[in-house]
Amino acid sequence: MTHLEKLVMMANQIAQNLTHEPDPAAAVAAHIRLFWDPRMRAMICAEEVGGLIPTAKAAVALIRPAA
Amino acid sequence: MTYQPQADYGTPASGAHEMVTLIIDGREVTVAAGSSIMRAAAEQGTAIPKLCATDMLESFGSCRLCLVEIDGVNGTPASCTTPVAPGMVVHTQTPRLQKLRKGVMELYISDHPLDCLTCAANGDCELQDQAGAVGLRDVRYAADATHLGQAKDLSNPYFDFDPAKCIACSRCVRACDEVQGTLALTMEHRGFASKISAGLASDDFLGSECVSCGACVQACPTATLIEKSVVEIGTPDRSVVTTCAYCGVGCTFRAEMRGEQLVRMVPWKEGKANHGHSCVKGRFAWGYAQHRDRVLKPMIRASIDQPWREVEWDEAIQYAASELQRISAQYGRHALGGITSSRCTNEETFLVQKLVRAGFGNNNVDTCARVCHSPTGYGLKTTFGTSAGTQDFDSVDESDVILVIGANPTDAHPVFASRMKRRLRAQNGRPGARLIVIDPRRIDLVRSPHIAADYHLPLRPGTNVAVLTAMAHVIVTEGLVDHAFIAERCDAEEYRDWADFVSLPRNSPEALEPVMSVSAADLRGAARLFATSGNGAIYYGLGVTEHSQGSSTVMAIANLAMATGNIGRRGVGVNPLRGQNNVQGACDMGSFPHELSGYRHISDDQVRADFERDWGVALDPEPGLRIPNMLDAATDGSFKAIYIQGEDLLQSDPNSSHVAAGLAAMECVIVHDLFLNETANYAHVFLPGSTFLEKDGTFTNAERRIQLVRKVMSPLAGLADWQVTQRLAQAMGLDWDYAHPSEIMDEIARLTPTFAGVSHAHLDTAGSLQWPVNAAAPEGTPIMHEQGFVRGKGKFVVTDYVPTDEKTGPRFPLLLTTGRILSQYNVGSQTRRTLNEVWHDEDVLEIHPVDAEDRGLKMGDWVKLASRVGETTLRAYVTPRVAPGVVYTTFHHPETQANVVTTEFSDWATNCPEYKVTAVQVSPSNGPSDWQRAHDARATQSRRISHGELPG
Repeated sequence: MTHLEKLVMMANQIAQNLTHEPDPAAAVAAHIRLFWDPRMRAMICAEEVGGLIPTAKAAVALIRPAA
Repeated sequence: MTYQPQADYGTPASGAHEMVTLIIDGREVTVAAGSSIMRAAAEQGTAIPKLCATDMLESFGSCRLCLVEIDGVNGTPASCTTPVAPGMVVHTQTPRLQKLRKGVMELYISDHPLDCLTCAANGDCELQDQAGAVGLRDVRYAADATHLGQAKDLSNPYFDFDPAKCIACSRCVRACDEVQGTLALTMEHRGFASKISAGLASDDFLGSECVSCGACVQACPTATLIEKSVVEIGTPDRSVVTTCAYCGVGCTFRAEMRGEQLVRMVPWKEGKANHGHSCVKGRFAWGYAQHRDRVLKPMIRASIDQPWREVEWDEAIQYAASELQRISAQYGRHALGGITSSRCTNEETFLVQKLVRAGFGNNNVDTCARVCHSPTGYGLKTTFGTSAGTQDFDSVDESDVILVIGANPTDAHPVFASRMKRRLRAQNGRPGARLIVIDPRRIDLVRSPHIAADYHLPLRPGTNVAVLTAMAHVIVTEGLVDHAFIAERCDAEEYRDWADFVSLPRNSPEALEPVMSVSAADLRGAARLFATSGNGAIYYGLGVTEHSQGSSTVMAIANLAMATGNIGRRGVGVNPLRGQNNVQGACDMGSFPHELSGYRHISDDQVRADFERDWGVALDPEPGLRIPNMLDAATDGSFKAIYIQGEDLLQSDPNSSHVAAGLAAMECVIVHDLFLNETANYAHVFLPGSTFLEKDGTFTNAERRIQLVRKVMSPLAGLADWQVTQRLAQAMGLDWDYAHPSEIMDEIARLTPTFAGVSHAHLDTAGSLQWPVNAAAPEGTPIMHEQGFVRGKGKFVVTDYVPTDEKTGPRFPLLLTTGRILSQYNVGSQTRRTLNEVWHDEDVLEIHPVDAEDRGLKMGDWVKLASRVGETTLRAYVTPRVAPGVVYTTFHHPETQANVVTTEFSDWATNCPEYKVTAVQVSPSNGPSDWQRAHDARATQSRRISHGELPG
């Protein structure tokens, strides 16, 4: 498993475990901001990252810096 | 202090609040009601002669030496079994008593060898003392019928049993029964033939069920049971009270010394975690401290292919600092990081994280709690508001029902387990607490002498959340919720959301039965029992945390405690049993990359400003890398250097091949340890560590109890660990100037609100303190959340069961779960270098007889254990203790390296590895795996030490 594949798996796991939050995508984004090192966030926010489930994908969009 | 035996009041304190006044030898004395006359006399300074009595045991009344006379009472009652009464007038020394005692003692001595001068216990023998106390000068009886010719049992590695010196007082038998709860010893035969026996008559001590806790040795009033170290060295001449460096129970011991040589470790009666009890590790397994494998000279090398070169401290420190500075300049400051140790002191872990944050300039600091209890931190902070267990250990005495999930206390936390077992046994007419065990294995607690779990739920590994949610379903849908508690203490809306969720039909025990492999009826019974039996306490361990839903499970436990109102008073609570001695402390000290000390997020501007003002540097507001993230970043090329204090990543972290690849990709690995551990195979700098005997500081145990660690001998390598970190920091340009760890604690207190009232001086006078220690609780906080939760309202969190991605299938049809055993500790680097090896000299694979038969395996066969990430070989141990479809092993031995097969899957919130669930296959094997062969070769090559110049 590559590092990026692992990050995708981790983001999906977080999303699966926060589905009951009022705003799951925001909760996932907040979790990633609180616990992930910036370089991990940069990797997951890169364009063309595949494999994210919808909630995780929405969360990544929230933490991706504006272009 | 000069050697003095610990005070012995003869019988235990009664614990009563009511006081009674009586007259003893003409002096008025006031003591707690229910005290024995013996204890009352001892409390006023009168030592009534005794042999069968000791205050670690209930009174027994067999030796007839402690007789007294009481005005108005016929005869001469035993003072140990006679309680005080108001106005009672007692005489402890009269001509009649003197004659009686002398006669009794004469009988004892007539069957005891008169070899005092050469006896190992000479000067530390109660029989000798009492013979003097009663004035015995002559023995009139012929020595034609004695026990003097009986053979010694020398089988135990740590203590001898000499039946010739036994006075049949039964103190050892009672210690095994009452204190340890193993009931291994018995008094065999009757009358003159009475003899202490370990188990069956055919057993010796080593072959018996004795767990070598040492309680019998401590209780023995003669040299019958005596430490081999005392036999070899002699009696101690001074003692220092300090704290054990093994598990998270945090037992305090008297290190009994002769000069700078440790003679023995004796559990300290006043220790508030252990109350004078011990286990085989803390009591006896300290030989690693002087083991020949200790590396006492710093070493460096430019490449891991080279042999080590021994250097002086200055050169090693300068080399390490220059490499760190080079790498920082070349790759950026985020290429550096550090690991604090849960085996080191609070002061040392605080310094390592400070070095990373203030010296390296980033937050890439983590601790071995990452791989054990990081989900506890997340889960309890989310639900209750702080990352710690809620109770003190004494609280268990007031529990009515105990739920043990994912923990094996008799092996991993044995001294607390003895305490728990005491509560589980019926005593003095009080029924024992009820017991629920949730564990894939039939651990010893499920059924042991005088203890039987009401329910054992042998769940399929990985389904903790399903089980706890199903229990919550029963409690909510059957109306067993404590609504008054929730209304007062918890967020109402969050509770309603949670209650609605757990009430869904899909969360019923019946619906989840196929997932959990637990009988729905048993689960319902367990849930009802927990919710309706009075004070309910939950104890858990790594079987909860080391899962992909470790944090969810911790929160599900918290939900269950809140729903049943079992928080905020004695006898209840959520109690994480911490693996290593200072896991709690390492977490408290800001060892996680996202938190400063006291669990405050690094992004909090106000908190960061406090530290910046104190430390004089700007801090990075972004969270750093966690251990697994560091290894991933290393293989990616963005993480290049690491300072590891007291942690063996290669042996303890999952997927060893990946760990090795990460370490090999770094340009500077600094290992600061006692031994050349497995990680050191990939190190460029080795800095010798110091044992807990060689330094001052504090440990914090699983009940948040901060206790002093006191230096009893000089550091063998010349520096204590905190001094090494300070030297490294100074070499990197930091202006640290701590003269003593107490100054580090002062800084911790200054910067950490929950430690505001902690200092070494305060600990010295108080004995120990449980945080929070602050203006509101100057003497500490034994029970958390008594008036309200730290976060305000308790937070119910919906914990939906999400199956792990680790699936069994045709290639890997079995589930491996890992754990530990009594005689070994963690990766075994300490205990493998002690005589504990006699009990466990290799890791074995427990496999159910059905699974073994399917594969043509029998007891002792070599087997290959393979997962999708690696394979290893070890011997099979065929046992129904594990369920069909589940196999189990330990990770104490590097030759086996169980983590070769564990995977990189981890807890969703914290990245705590999923050690407890790995899909594997087991098959017959002829020899070591390729990984084992390669690892052995690397270890051999890597551990070479050259005394020449460093090439390159």
